[in-house]
Amino acid sequence: MKKKSFISLAALSTAAVFTLAACGGNDSEEASAGAGNNDNGEAAQEDVTIDFMHLWPQGSSPDHHRIVEDIISDFEEMHPHVTVELEVLENEQYKNKLQVVSSSNQLPDVGMTWPAGFLEPYVNGELFAPLDDVLEEDNMRDDFVAGTLEAYSVDEQAYAMPLELNIAPVFYNEAIFEENGVEVPETYDEFLEVIDTLADNGVTPIALGNRDRWTGSLWYMYLADRIGGSDALNSAIDRSGSFEDERLEEAASRIQEMVDHDAFISGFNGLSDQEAKAEFMNSNAAMYLIGSWDLPNYTTNEEIPQEFRDNIDFFKFPEVDGGEGNIDNWVGGPGVGLFVAENSDVKDESKAFVKHFTEEWGKRSVEDAGVIPGTQVNTDEVDLPDLFIDVLDDLNNASDITLFADVQMSSSVAETHLNMIQSLFGEEITPEEFVERHEEALEEDE
Amino acid sequence: MNQIMSDKRVIALYTLPALLLISVLIYVPLVLTGYYGLMDWDGIGSMTFIGLENYAALITDGMFWSSAYHSLLLALFSVGSLVLYLAVSVVLAGNIKGADLFRKIFLIPMLLSSVAIAQLWMRIYHPTNGVMNRFLASIGIENPPLWLSDTSIVLFAIFIPIIWQYAGFYIIIYYAALKNIPKELVEAARIDGASPLQIAYKIKLPLISGVIKVTIVLAVIGSLKYFDLIYVMTDGGPNGASEVMASYMYKLAFRTNDFGYGSAVGFFLLVLILIVTYLIRKATTSKDDSIQY
Repeated sequence: MKKKSFISLAALSTAAVFTLAACGGNDSEEASAGAGNNDNGEAAQEDVTIDFMHLWPQGSSPDHHRIVEDIISDFEEMHPHVTVELEVLENEQYKNKLQVVSSSNQLPDVGMTWPAGFLEPYVNGELFAPLDDVLEEDNMRDDFVAGTLEAYSVDEQAYAMPLELNIAPVFYNEAIFEENGVEVPETYDEFLEVIDTLADNGVTPIALGNRDRWTGSLWYMYLADRIGGSDALNSAIDRSGSFEDERLEEAASRIQEMVDHDAFISGFNGLSDQEAKAEFMNSNAAMYLIGSWDLPNYTTNEEIPQEFRDNIDFFKFPEVDGGEGNIDNWVGGPGVGLFVAENSDVKDESKAFVKHFTEEWGKRSVEDAGVIPGTQVNTDEVDLPDLFIDVLDDLNNASDITLFADVQMSSSVAETHLNMIQSLFGEEITPEEFVERHEEALEEDE
Repeated sequence: MNQIMSDKRVIALYTLPALLLISVLIYVPLVLTGYYGLMDWDGIGSMTFIGLENYAALITDGMFWSSAYHSLLLALFSVGSLVLYLAVSVVLAGNIKGADLFRKIFLIPMLLSSVAIAQLWMRIYHPTNGVMNRFLASIGIENPPLWLSDTSIVLFAIFIPIIWQYAGFYIIIYYAALKNIPKELVEAARIDGASPLQIAYKIKLPLISGVIKVTIVLAVIGSLKYFDLIYVMTDGGPNGASEVMASYMYKLAFRTNDFGYGSAVGFFLLVLILIVTYLIRKATTSKDDSIQY
């Protein structure tokens, strides 16, 4: 009796080891089947599976999720031999999982990536497939808003299809503006006056959740853009110029000037963006600078009182006197894009899927999910709230889009930048130190 | 039966599953972390061996040392707070009325998850709507502190919920130990004319000294590797003012994609904790110690 249980125990533990080992195994069988399919061309039409990983779970992004489901079933209908296997994760888990599977070279065939700094290590590791052949088909390249594809390109080769595009308008509460007798500012000086009037009347002028740091970075980027033009910041980051530029330093001192004028909500460095947003949504603050991904909150989101939504409008970041920037310049950037894994065994099908997905997504995302796609939207054809149309029109007329700084920079420089932003707003460093520390970090990174 | 159990091969077989699990889940990753620490690796592409360069960088990394200093401060505060927990436990174990109820109240924070505690205290510390600043405003303080955004106080503002979070845990340990002291001893002391304070100091404390040593080690280790509340409440900010070693390690590995360096920090943290544990043991062991840790 006893002996028997020892044997079964031994068997059990050995089995456990094999199970663990199996987890790490590769799908080599599937790989060879896929390759065979490619050789035989369309005629054979062996059944293939595309593994697709995205980050819009049904619970938190129901609209996104539904569109994805529709697009997939369309695609499966058009290509009966293809099945799309889904794996859906929340944002942070998604990032972590992508990193983990990439280190063992087991990326899904198709997945989502962020531009520039996020994408680069994957491209350098030759994990993403170049998509230029797809972009050449039907001149697809021309469908994208200028500047979006570039954000996913390394050495002029595009590695992902942009799905989202965001710009950052200054949203404001018309009711509060009216009550305090202030008008939309067009220059920085007028802007300061608005801030002073609001602050004197006991109204918080600007909701800012700078614990998240990129929120404060938006303010800095706009000032840098309006003072130095889009070229000042970009050339400092791509190292054709220096960050120790007096225009960039002036932008930093303007930030501190705004802080001194009590422009931002008290305790902003300890507040998250969500908390700051809540202040704006409760009409406790007059202005809020955020990406256009927040537009549904001010237009279509039924959970937010109609009265509040009607009160919200946006303005373009004001021009600075003597500055080189253009008021039609936006700070913004693409959100996620679709990549195809370099070692995918169903590359052709995956590329076709990515193309189909991007096109369909472009047609439906604004109307159905309130997401501005990377492809151009014809505003005459869509049925949308005015605020949306205004943003889309401004986007089509944009003179240039300056990519979010923390996206443009490599991740270690971005970390320095974001920390410096907190210190700058907290007035713990001088504008001079601010640019010096950036220059040091950029130099070190080269 | 005994014959089977004393067979070395059988013993090995019995311990095998547990050994396998603990190796796969703990020791293998541990060795791997040490190995990654010698590499220049972004977590995605290929690794390059750079020897001890990561550790050399670590020694001159101001951010790391300031986070290490914060961790050390937390350890000191945690150990200091043990005195408070001990005092509370002595009172609770002294058969006062409602001791049971109080014990449960002190235990509540332990039942909450760290993230819930973090959310709760973020509400309390909210600069304008928070309970704390509302209260301060109501008693006439005009510019109440901005708890989580002022670099000079943010660290201490976070220590309070951390210490509060673990109060129940240590109080339960002390309470159980105190309840285990034989009544006869306390009674004998009382008959000999010892005051309650003397009983606490001279009878009870020495009797639970083993438990106290364990709690000191737990508090120090727990503090040095502390992560949760800081990650949720401030993310180490503003500008690193509340960064601790574990949160710094996380940032390096997962935000700045510097897996090699992050691993080096993690391995350093492990070595540091081992050394500190050893030192505490050295400093507190006496011959008749029965509890090993």
